Amino acid sequence: MSARGLAAAVRSGERSARSVVDEHLETIRSGEPEIHAFNLVLADEALAAADEVDRRVAAGEDPGPLAGVPVALKDNLCTRGVPTTCSSRILEGWLPPYDATVVERLAAAGAVVVGKTNLDEFAMGSSTENSAFGVTHNPLDPTRVPGGSSGGSAAAVAAGFAPLALGSDTGGSIRQPAALCGVVGVKPTYGAVSRYGLVAFASSLDQIGPLTRTVSDAAMLLEAIGGHDPRDSTSIPEPAASLTEVLDRGVEGLRIGVIEELSGNGLEGIADDVRSRLGEAASVLDTAGATVETTSVPSTVYGLSAYYVIAPAEASSNLARYDGVRYGLRIDAPNTGDMNTATRTAGFGNEVKRRIMLGTYALSAGYYDAYYGKSQKVRTLIVQDFARAYEEFDLLLCPTAPTTAFPIGEKTADPMTMYLNDVCTIPSNLAGHPAMSVPFGVGDDGMPVGVQILAPAMGEPTMFQAAAVLESAGSRS
Amino acid sequence: MTERITRDHVAHVADLARLTLSDAELDAFTGQLADVLDHAADLEALDLTDVLPTAHPLPLVNVFRADEPGPTSDRDEVLAAAPAVEEEQFRVPPVLGEEP
Repeated sequence: MSARGLAAAVRSGERSARSVVDEHLETIRSGEPEIHAFNLVLADEALAAADEVDRRVAAGEDPGPLAGVPVALKDNLCTRGVPTTCSSRILEGWLPPYDATVVERLAAAGAVVVGKTNLDEFAMGSSTENSAFGVTHNPLDPTRVPGGSSGGSAAAVAAGFAPLALGSDTGGSIRQPAALCGVVGVKPTYGAVSRYGLVAFASSLDQIGPLTRTVSDAAMLLEAIGGHDPRDSTSIPEPAASLTEVLDRGVEGLRIGVIEELSGNGLEGIADDVRSRLGEAASVLDTAGATVETTSVPSTVYGLSAYYVIAPAEASSNLARYDGVRYGLRIDAPNTGDMNTATRTAGFGNEVKRRIMLGTYALSAGYYDAYYGKSQKVRTLIVQDFARAYEEFDLLLCPTAPTTAFPIGEKTADPMTMYLNDVCTIPSNLAGHPAMSVPFGVGDDGMPVGVQILAPAMGEPTMFQAAAVLESAGSRS
Repeated sequence: MTERITRDHVAHVADLARLTLSDAELDAFTGQLADVLDHAADLEALDLTDVLPTAHPLPLVNVFRADEPGPTSDRDEVLAAAPAVEEEQFRVPPVLGEEP
């Protein structure tokens, strides 16, 4: 059942929040051993929170728009007194002294947190294979990856463990796993959702967003978590956009451009079945009254190169805080410098070390201009190209991921092959724009394909209108 | 074209980043980092002469908030997360020299 349906049933008293949560905990108990979506299941806490929702309903108080709806949190979102690991040994056992703003807002909306989901360590990866606590399996085929880095959140939603989940997206980490698991995933406009309490990876790119089974549930969840937060200085000083009310508006008269450079013509690696589904999605939008044309956004092809300099550069700085002094792991040594080094060497996995070193190199004297400086200029070109495209189009369209979910272990040996997964999702992060993945049919292997809708900053309402049209067409086919 | 990253570069960078690498790790990381930086060589094709850098996607500058007292972190809760504490402070091994 959708989150919308569950919340309505709980709010009207037709169902108790406890029965809703109980049912989902039972699904988790039976499915989790095979899937490993969670680093931590919070059964007792969830039941206590459900009872509080039921008490509010019984007392005639407003239990909130997401009353009694189970939600899974990516384990890089701080939860007060509850372990938050980022799937890293360096934070194992750490209990945050505060809640992330999105966690507070979920509680205020009546949602019930059922667990913390697995991720690639510090959100660095595209398959959840970089977790220090084991790989998450794709619920649709457990021999395959769920995507990443929010693979645990995507798998939790796809497996029915929770109708709602939150992830974070720095270069595609919500949208790519959503596509690979056949769920909806949204990266909001940079600044639309507070990052307070999100453990930082690359601060100018990170954004929190929803993973859900339906477009309508994603709209509800984004409305609940979005809007200004004075505790995040990059938070846009506006209230959350109204999204649920625009879902039935259709796409009549909208101008939609299919990004030539990211749709297979000239770009290696976009599989034929993914291109076919994209073409069919474009036809659906055309039939529904939009004007759909192919368009060129030339600099997007350079996004991958720029991103894999900029994101590691920011990460190398952000992750300097893990020094064994104030929290997390400490490996003892005779002096502080050696303690810092021993702690970081033991605490970080290989992908995190790789990116810290890449970033440190790109920022070091003699290489700064060649890599970091140049990448920041490419970021400007991408922003300018999008601005030109949005003079002609309301929305842009391209695949979410180049292929359907790949087998576990297939891409772990070669980091660069793994990074190519993000080629279609990265440009939106660099520009700070919203983008979302909507499931649209399956590939030749029967695994889901995601179509990505891109919008200019604050363009979420129009993006959701198109998503609703694709969803209803997808469910008919 | 920028010179290719060498094993010595990687060792230096690991030292700057406070990481210890084994010989085998040094070899593996050198190749992998070079692959990623080689991919970035496609940027050489772009004319970036008059392009200004973008550090951040939002045009926000000088973000202020009202200076109002509010709840702050609890000291004991923060210190409870530390590996070692002494007299309400974080305790670390000697910064200069070694423990006697």
